[in-house]
Amino acid sequence: MSTTTSAAPQTRSGDGKITYTPVDGRLLDVEDLHVEFHTEDGVAKAINGVSFHLDQGESLAILGESGSGKSVTAQAIMGILDMPPAKIPEGAIKYCGLDLLTMPDDQRRWVRGAEIAMIFQDALSSLNPVFPVGWQIAEMFRQHRGMNKSDSLAQAVRLMERVSIPAAKDRVKAYPHQFSGGMRQRIMIAMAIALDPAVLIADEPTTALDVTVQAQIMALLQELQQERQMGLILITHDLGVVADVADRIAVMYAGRLVETANVYDLYAKPAHPYTRGLLESIPRLDQKGQTLAAIGGLPPNLLRIPPGCAFNPRCRMAQDICRTDRPELREVAPGRKSACHFAEEVLDA
Amino acid sequence: MGKYIVRRLLQMIPVIIGTTFLIFYMVFAMPGDPTAGKCGERPCSAAYIQKYRAEHNLDDPLPIQYGKYVAKLAQGDLGTNQYGVKVKDDLQKRYLVTGKLALMAIAVEVVVGILAGILAGIRKGKFVDNLVLVSTLFVISIPVFVIGALAQYFIGVRTGLFPVTVSSKATFYELTMPALVLGSLSIAYVARLTRTNLVENLRADYVRTAIAKGLSRRRAVGLHALRNSMIPVITFVGFDFGALLGGAIVTERIFNIQGVGGYIFRGIQMRDGVAVVGAVTALVIIYLFVNLLVDILYGVLDPRISHE
Repeated sequence: MSTTTSAAPQTRSGDGKITYTPVDGRLLDVEDLHVEFHTEDGVAKAINGVSFHLDQGESLAILGESGSGKSVTAQAIMGILDMPPAKIPEGAIKYCGLDLLTMPDDQRRWVRGAEIAMIFQDALSSLNPVFPVGWQIAEMFRQHRGMNKSDSLAQAVRLMERVSIPAAKDRVKAYPHQFSGGMRQRIMIAMAIALDPAVLIADEPTTALDVTVQAQIMALLQELQQERQMGLILITHDLGVVADVADRIAVMYAGRLVETANVYDLYAKPAHPYTRGLLESIPRLDQKGQTLAAIGGLPPNLLRIPPGCAFNPRCRMAQDICRTDRPELREVAPGRKSACHFAEEVLDA
Repeated sequence: MGKYIVRRLLQMIPVIIGTTFLIFYMVFAMPGDPTAGKCGERPCSAAYIQKYRAEHNLDDPLPIQYGKYVAKLAQGDLGTNQYGVKVKDDLQKRYLVTGKLALMAIAVEVVVGILAGILAGIRKGKFVDNLVLVSTLFVISIPVFVIGALAQYFIGVRTGLFPVTVSSKATFYELTMPALVLGSLSIAYVARLTRTNLVENLRADYVRTAIAKGLSRRRAVGLHALRNSMIPVITFVGFDFGALLGGAIVTERIFNIQGVGGYIFRGIQMRDGVAVVGAVTALVIIYLFVNLLVDILYGVLDPRISHE
């Protein structure tokens, strides 16, 4: 391990544990990430060169429909992809300047949960059904911090109180199936923030919940993020969820970023036809009675991504160039990027 | 939980009455005279026949006979068999042997079966997995008397590691080979059940969560996935234990073990109705209790099962 050789932002404390310190507030740098799945039918290119960064206290939303690669991106950062069939042929994921992909397994394991934590979509299946919730939260302290049983359980109660689970002390020994959907997601959140991670990845945290509970969970996430100055990566297909929480948005399509912008700019004026299609497909009260606009067609099969711009078969603006040349993600206005040959026209429309 | 157990115990009463009546009825509906052939070559004397019929209430109608039997049963009296020995004493001796054999067979199937299942499950599709799948298929396909005879020849006669048959003392050492043979079939089932469940649970979301928590792979698999995979396995083992306590007629005969299975078999052969009904009644009661224990254990293993 070369972490002590240079003036790297990581230091080792007495017990051999590494302390990671972000440089200039930069937590994560994902650089040209590629992920492919080797299946019997061929190689599915789930992610094809994705780059983005995340700073302290920042909320980044990764937006995209099913199969766009947003969850795979999150899993690659967490290091929980099943390899094989998944493979990362290219790219780097730097946490505090240190590449997670080349890190030894035992070192990376301590990053998971303690430095970068994750919340999953379905809290019921993501919690182990045969262990009490308090035990599962306390496991973080026992495994990472070597804490004893009673101290770690006290910590679990404290966290359950923090995420507003009523009667936390009495319910610490209850099992996941004894909680409602919203309460289960709160327990997932308590488990994720247990060790004060610098980065929190929320993969569709509210998709399985009903609308009022969705709002409560998003409010809780936002509150915790501000309180702890975490970097938050919010993975979602729900534009409504994004608007309130995110600072920046990255739109994914067929394993690539097609647009990045801050949240206000993107909602006001999208710079990619796909983003525009997404925004138009939100039901609005003032359009009552009219047919809801939808993006025609289906996302491409990742085994056979069309040449040129992957979105061209579904794009109303597609020209010949879109079917042959793949547009690079480029700066089209200050602070915003788009991967469209006609980004300026979309922007001015 | 206490309420649940009481309810289950009460439910046992009609089951015991029903099964004992059925077995009583069937045994006494068997054709033939119970006193025929009791006195060697000659027919029995009229006085003996009369005494026998009176002792066993054979002149009463069936429901009365049954009622008198149950009345004695309620006092713990299982009757006297045709040799004048109390069935209860016979069964006590034989249950010691059968119980010992069943426990040893269970130990074998749990240790070997679960280990083989885990190895196969975590190396799905690899050599170990295929080895376990093929060898368990092999074991399942061979009748137990063939395995028994092969074991006797190779392990008993050729290498002399273990005795070929079991004496009336039925020591731990003597019962080792029979336990291996008796457990072999269940080893196959336990191994396959463990493997299938482990493979399924390894894909579960909560195992992914465990990895994302920064737990070691050993802990995520060995604790989080395995704990869930053991629920159906332990249930199977529990029921298998109940079945083994009913005696293993074939294995007992091969190895000359004086167990419950052989006792019932001989009772049926000799038309010893009292012995058969007594032994089966004991068996039903034991099976019901084992069943109850398994159900309670199931609730402990899987908190989603509620006994309230």
